[in-house]
Amino acid sequence: MNRVRQQLATAEPAAFTESGPPSLAESPPAGKVASIPPAPPSKRDLRLDLFRGLALWLIFLDHIPTNIVSWITIRNYGFSDATEIFIFISGFTAAFVYGNAMNERGFLVAGARILRRAWQIYVAHVFLFAIYMAEIAYVASSFENPLYAEEMGALDFLKQPDVTIIQALLLKFKPVNMDVLPLYIVLLLLFPPILWLLLRRPTLALSASVVLYAASWEFGWNLQAYPSGTWLFNPFAWQLLFVFGAWCAMGGAERLSGVLRSRITLAVAVAYLVFAFLITMTWHVPVLGQFVPERLASLIYPIDKTNLDVLRFAHFLALGVLIVWFIPRHWSGLQWPIFRPAIWCGQHSLEIFCLGVFLAFAAHFIMGEISAGVLMQVAVSIAGVAIMIAAAGLLVWYKSIEGRNPGSRTKSTDADLAGGEA
Amino acid sequence: MRAPAIALFITCLLAGGAAAQRPDTCDVPGYLLFDDNELSRVATAVKEKQQLDIAIIGTGSSTLAGPEGKAYPARLEAALNAQLPNVAVHVTVHAAPRQTAAKMWEDLQKIVSEQKPALLVWQTGTVDAMRGIEPDEFGSILNTAVEKIQAAGTDVVLMNMQYSPRTETMIAVGPYAENMRWVSQQRKIPLFDRLGIMRHWSDTGVFDFYTPTKAFGVAQKVHECIGRALATQIIDAAQLGPMTAKVAQ
Repeated sequence: MNRVRQQLATAEPAAFTESGPPSLAESPPAGKVASIPPAPPSKRDLRLDLFRGLALWLIFLDHIPTNIVSWITIRNYGFSDATEIFIFISGFTAAFVYGNAMNERGFLVAGARILRRAWQIYVAHVFLFAIYMAEIAYVASSFENPLYAEEMGALDFLKQPDVTIIQALLLKFKPVNMDVLPLYIVLLLLFPPILWLLLRRPTLALSASVVLYAASWEFGWNLQAYPSGTWLFNPFAWQLLFVFGAWCAMGGAERLSGVLRSRITLAVAVAYLVFAFLITMTWHVPVLGQFVPERLASLIYPIDKTNLDVLRFAHFLALGVLIVWFIPRHWSGLQWPIFRPAIWCGQHSLEIFCLGVFLAFAAHFIMGEISAGVLMQVAVSIAGVAIMIAAAGLLVWYKSIEGRNPGSRTKSTDADLAGGEA
Repeated sequence: MRAPAIALFITCLLAGGAAAQRPDTCDVPGYLLFDDNELSRVATAVKEKQQLDIAIIGTGSSTLAGPEGKAYPARLEAALNAQLPNVAVHVTVHAAPRQTAAKMWEDLQKIVSEQKPALLVWQTGTVDAMRGIEPDEFGSILNTAVEKIQAAGTDVVLMNMQYSPRTETMIAVGPYAENMRWVSQQRKIPLFDRLGIMRHWSDTGVFDFYTPTKAFGVAQKVHECIGRALATQIIDAAQLGPMTAKVAQ
């Protein structure tokens, strides 16, 4: 037990200092760690940062309405999209960071850190809401067209700022594109007891998560939204991905490794991805829809994003199998400079996510004011991703100068890590 | 070396904006209008009774402030009367603002049973999207409703929402448009993809939906084009005219 604690205490802060990514070869065999109590792996998996960074770029591109560049994003070629990747990796890293804290310092301290993190995300959400309100207020006062008399009714909430702002603070009023952070907040609020259970009986925790997912489908559970309707991302359903990510971090990935390395699994995953690709093609080219047998169509449609449709979850799993198969954890390519910008973004996901939401608003604004042509769509997409990379680079630099300050180093890096990376 | 490159880039951007010339035609490419779904009751009514009663139910975007007769339902009637000279075409409009699909379905049962139109054009989606009705629920209400209307002997065309780029960050229409496409496939009825058609006009520079205006000119033109495109789709789906029918004059 002591040994595990030691490893956890020493290995982790090194993973984020500026002296370059840590050598993955140093990490002790995972089996030894996992054999005593189920404990998190001792080194951060760079693939997580890489794919979370990529997911953040894709979310940004998808958030710009009418963007030709968004044709490259995965939602056009399969059932799942970047949100699944983001939530899964967030669950994985949350378990990784706070699991260590809970092992080291106990339930109370780790729980308190998780709640502090939820608070930070809440503040970020309110900040984005303020920016959103500014954009809406501008459109409401400057745009007019008799063609859109009905659509402009969407701005009616500006007439009741008291109600709207309070509902936004209660996370019930969630403007378009601002649904992920409230989901994340709810998931973190529920996370301390889940993590406690994951550390002791990981399989039981995952089973409970599956039961909750099934129950939310069976009984139609979801949180209420304002002015009507329910949450776009049903937390009772989406928690499955988050807990599954956390479970993988708690040794679940090792337990699955036999299945993941089987050729049969790979074949099934590839077959499913091809199937999903063909089905999505019929959405883009409706003429192809006639080739989808009616029975199949009534079986799979509608593919429900709100409640994390099983088809979406399976599509995410299939993508995961492919990635695990073809990009091994110790692949040297992960150190290549070309991947570094995405890894930076993935390591500062909250800041970069918020920046992405803001940049999508800004891009929409620029397109409305100047031009919405294809060239402009490409220009704002490239500029947006470049700004995200620059900001992430700046955050990495900040971290490095903080790390060089000898007095505060251990303490601040550790706290920042726990609070700033999950 | 760098300055000319930037200048070229900016020129390209401006050219992208300036490319939005405004030709007077509002052609709609065939893939946005035509599919294999048939309007057999419309065909029967036209061929046997030389009469075509169409009911349109919708919300604010089925109407237009300003002078009468400029919104798309009236333009549809005019276009059909012009293209089907020996047929008496009547279009009745039941449009009320801020109605969800569920609310319209309550009113529809009476309209369909009393008026017995050959065709119902159901414009919906915008209000449900603005209210944040669960997209699934929206889709299943629509699916059930259309099935019952079909059983009562009326053809149905679904019309989705307008393309409204300025409010795109305020109204998430995507999931509702997908559900409407799903219902149209399930029930084998034509979908008038107003969203896709207007986006096509925007992309090709036929209309500018970004610039603010108080004048009714653009809105009237858009409704005229929608009315004509809808007429073309109905004639095609009921197999009433030459296959070459176009939206252009």
